[in-house]
Amino acid sequence: MGNDGRSCIMPSSQGHRDTMNNRPVPKISLIDAEKTYRSSSGETQTALEKARIDINEGEFVCLVGPSGCGKSTVINLMAGFEQPTGGSVTIDGKPVVAPDPDHIMLFQDYGLFPWKTALDNVLFGLKCRGVREGEAKKKALAALDSVGLATYANRHPHELSGGMKQRVSLARALAVEPSVLFMDEPFGALDAFTKLHLQDELLELRKKRLLTVVFVTHDLDEAIYLGDRVVLMAPNPGRFVNIMEIEMATPRSRTDERFDRYRKELLTAFDLVHRQSSMISKTLVTERIQQDGSGI
Amino acid sequence: MPDKVLKVAIPVSAVAAFLLLWHAAASFYPLEQFPRPLQVALAIVELVKAGRLAGDIGISLFRLVVAYSAAVCCAVPMGILLGRCPACLRGIDPLVQLLRPISPIAWFPLAVLWFGIGNAPAIFIIFIASFFPVLMGTVGAIKTIPESYYKVSRNFGAKPSLVMVSIIIPAAFPGIMTGLRIALGTAWIHLVAGEMLGADSGLGFLIIDARNFLRTDLIMAGMILVGMLGLILNSLISLAENLINRQWGMTGGAA
Ligand SMILES: Nc1ncnc2c1ncn2[C@@H]1O[C@H](COP(=O)(O)OP(=O)(O)OP(=O)(O)O)[C@@H](O)[C@H]1O
Ligand SMILES: [Mg+2]
Repeated sequence: MGNDGRSCIMPSSQGHRDTMNNRPVPKISLIDAEKTYRSSSGETQTALEKARIDINEGEFVCLVGPSGCGKSTVINLMAGFEQPTGGSVTIDGKPVVAPDPDHIMLFQDYGLFPWKTALDNVLFGLKCRGVREGEAKKKALAALDSVGLATYANRHPHELSGGMKQRVSLARALAVEPSVLFMDEPFGALDAFTKLHLQDELLELRKKRLLTVVFVTHDLDEAIYLGDRVVLMAPNPGRFVNIMEIEMATPRSRTDERFDRYRKELLTAFDLVHRQSSMISKTLVTERIQQDGSGI
Repeated sequence: MPDKVLKVAIPVSAVAAFLLLWHAAASFYPLEQFPRPLQVALAIVELVKAGRLAGDIGISLFRLVVAYSAAVCCAVPMGILLGRCPACLRGIDPLVQLLRPISPIAWFPLAVLWFGIGNAPAIFIIFIASFFPVLMGTVGAIKTIPESYYKVSRNFGAKPSLVMVSIIIPAAFPGIMTGLRIALGTAWIHLVAGEMLGADSGLGFLIIDARNFLRTDLIMAGMILVGMLGLILNSLISLAENLINRQWGMTGGAA
């Protein structure tokens, strides 16, 4: 096996290029991106502090971190649902000012329309793009087929399992052939087995196209299994603390010893983050932990 | 199967018990003052034979349909607008909350003064009676559309017209339907009240007319007819509501 985790995709070959020095422009770029909210009591809260990352075309980046550390904030900024209060967020070198059909977001709660069949849900995305009826139907069926749901085209979401619903949502996204997928805890509500299946399916689907993926999860194993890089975030204020490169070929084995090393490394960093964040909120408790010399 | 038998047997015995109780209670009074079920049944037969029933029911339903559809046609678009525009809602909400608690019955004197006797006052009253439930139901339904539907629409670059037709209206449909059902019940109640005061035909007038001739059996016949038609109307709209909810997956789709 090669040791290149991105063997199927050439990250830089088709990307935009900086004309000055002919270096590839990153697909997605955060430069000191900040997001602050003003609470109802008037004080400002920093959801994201000076975040900086370059994501290459075709790269799979996972965001992990404790609840409230700003993972959704980051992905919403990248997808254009929110605007940064400082710094810049660019895709293909252009500032992100609004959501774009070339960058599709998938949600934990699937975002399907319950009154539409699976097929109509997929067709909705294509209709928005102005694809003609006959062609749209062909594309929608092909997309459903690619996620293994061809025979469920006429079912309504409530007649589908959680995993199937997320597959429909994925088919709807893939049907419009986006260059970026944003996924905010997409498998968070699924049982362990379905989750493993969908992880593999996602990797499989990605092989067939040049797709940049930003994937939020609170499952460290999932992040290591999927990501080319894993970004660890910390709360109060939300920030990037650690960007870890996963240098393992896909498909990865969770029982591989290298997998274990990454897991340990990430867990150690995560523990640190967790301890720091609880130190802020519960100084007393943290002091006792330090006295005991034990973890959490 | 015993489940199905019980489902029919219990309501049937409840009605039978009610009729028995009614009969027992009525036997303490003279027939002209408190007629028994049998007299009322005969009165209904009399109405049918006199050829009056179809006309009265017809005119009542006609007024209901006209006023109710007018109210729905005004209140649904207005509710969608208000639900989508928080500033508009804030602006108009005090006015709505001021008008809403005024019972439609309180409009009777004005309605009769303005429109005279006939179809118009009853239609006006039903309009008012059904307008507010539909409006409130629609506003509520629009406001509870999950933010994620809009997010998905924006993400795919849906045009506003497509969002309205393909997302907002269908997403709000079950909620609007609940408002429609409540409004239909309210409308029917006030229709009869309206016809008692400002009309010379219809089921409400039938009851008032019977009172003028001291025909208590006809009064009760009118009441029973009003109740039965209300039951039928409610069943029809509930059926439609259930169908929609099933389509929308809100009842788990159990057939
Ligand atoms: N609209 C908002 N108004 C005010 N504060 C907000 C808003 N959205 C997010 N925040 C705050 O920003 C911080 C980061 O939120 P975010 O939703 O990005 O966290 P997260 O990492 O996605 O958490 P989780 O894992 O629970 O989904 C939180 O402290 C949250 O309270
Ligand atoms: Mg989140």
